[in-house]
Amino acid sequence: MQELTITRHNELIDPMLHIWSWQIPVYLFLGGLAAGIMIISGWFVLQGQYKKNVFSCFYLPHISLVLLSGGMTALFLDLEHKLYVWRLYTTFQVTSPMSWGSWILLMIYPALWLNTLIRIPERFQGRIPFFDRLSAELNRRPVLIKNIGILNMLLGTLLGMYTGVLLSSLGARPLWNSAMLWMLFLVSGLSAAAAFVHLITDDQYERELLAKADNGFLTLELFVFGGFLTGLLTSSRVHIEAARLLLDGPFAPVFWVLVIGMGILLPLTIQLLAVNHKVKHTALAPLLVLAGGLTLRFVIVYAGQFSHWS
Amino acid sequence: MVIDTVRCVGCMDCVVACKTENQVPEGFNRDWIAYDVTGTFPTLHMEIRSERCNHCDSPPCVYCCPTGASHVHDVGGVVLVDADKCIGCKGCIAACPYGARFIHPDGYADKCTFCIHRVEQGLDPACVAVCPTRCMHFGDLDDPNSAVSTLLASRNHHVLMPEAGTKPRIFYLT
Repeated sequence: MQELTITRHNELIDPMLHIWSWQIPVYLFLGGLAAGIMIISGWFVLQGQYKKNVFSCFYLPHISLVLLSGGMTALFLDLEHKLYVWRLYTTFQVTSPMSWGSWILLMIYPALWLNTLIRIPERFQGRIPFFDRLSAELNRRPVLIKNIGILNMLLGTLLGMYTGVLLSSLGARPLWNSAMLWMLFLVSGLSAAAAFVHLITDDQYERELLAKADNGFLTLELFVFGGFLTGLLTSSRVHIEAARLLLDGPFAPVFWVLVIGMGILLPLTIQLLAVNHKVKHTALAPLLVLAGGLTLRFVIVYAGQFSHWS
Repeated sequence: MVIDTVRCVGCMDCVVACKTENQVPEGFNRDWIAYDVTGTFPTLHMEIRSERCNHCDSPPCVYCCPTGASHVHDVGGVVLVDADKCIGCKGCIAACPYGARFIHPDGYADKCTFCIHRVEQGLDPACVAVCPTRCMHFGDLDDPNSAVSTLLASRNHHVLMPEAGTKPRIFYLT
């Protein structure tokens, strides 16, 4: 046996690490959702759908600006030394994923802004003449518009990956120490974005297309989960113990019921029936996917902090 | 740093000295005592250790810091935090397998500095200076003739969590 007693009791560190509260899972979720939306709207732009009255081209870039800003606000709220946040932009630390992320985010805003200019929604037209002129200029250059679509897809992919890499680079937390985590968060972000469009678009074509895409993303997410857990279970003792936090440990009920059951399997079943016209499209399935995506971030962040070496 | 676990009695003088010397806020510790009991009754073995930041050779806290606030000092490779650069993101705390860091009430990450302000004046860290059993030794591990190198060459020793791969530089004599 081994019994270790220590006299330390530092706040947020002991008896178990709990430095990150709701702000980080919310940031990771909104960041992942915004990343997925960038990829989807970029794809629609690339396909030339911006010439039609397609929701994904009209409103998604604006919504993703709001979502991303919401995520950044949550991240800012988590900082303990808030007035020093500008220090992120006085240096570039090549070994720090957080430094990479802060600079990627700086590139994402202009890319999203350009995407919003491709088609300015009617209610916003004429408000700022400079933007209208820019939009008109852009629309005279279809190749440039396609490149904006590609740029949004590329930066969206980087953002989605980054949310996972941020955690997986922290080797002291065995649950996060997996090369599959970025893929899990990217696929989950795509799935949440597809569900989001499915939920709020009134265009039948987009709803059908995104519901089908979401079924693909949810299925892929199950396989990525399989790879993620298998990787941990075939690794060292601490990694096996970390995986068991989710499989049969204190986080198992939330993981199995809310993330896998109600967040993936149930909406996947409903959406499979919907795309095969057995049941009508309702808000239930996309809402479950979105709730499952948020819960996934909470479970991974909290269980990851719970996992430790020795 | 080399700590002789055979001599350490867990009196916590090192803890008090650190808190006094570095004005560590109430409720926080830069160093602490660990009582590690192993074996099967009745053949139990207790190791008492004074623990702190391991000032690793491969410090994950430094690698993950987005602003360069966590850095390796020019003198002796001591791992330090520049409070004026720290944004309090807590990434370094999550990256440390030893739980050696905490958030200072003023908002920045804080930890053991090996009393660098004393070391630069040729003094030992406060914890080493006050130890009543003389179980703690501070010196240059790169110098094969230093007291710490001689101790390591002549005694069995171990480091904490070598499997974490951080190459810790506090050695415990057994």
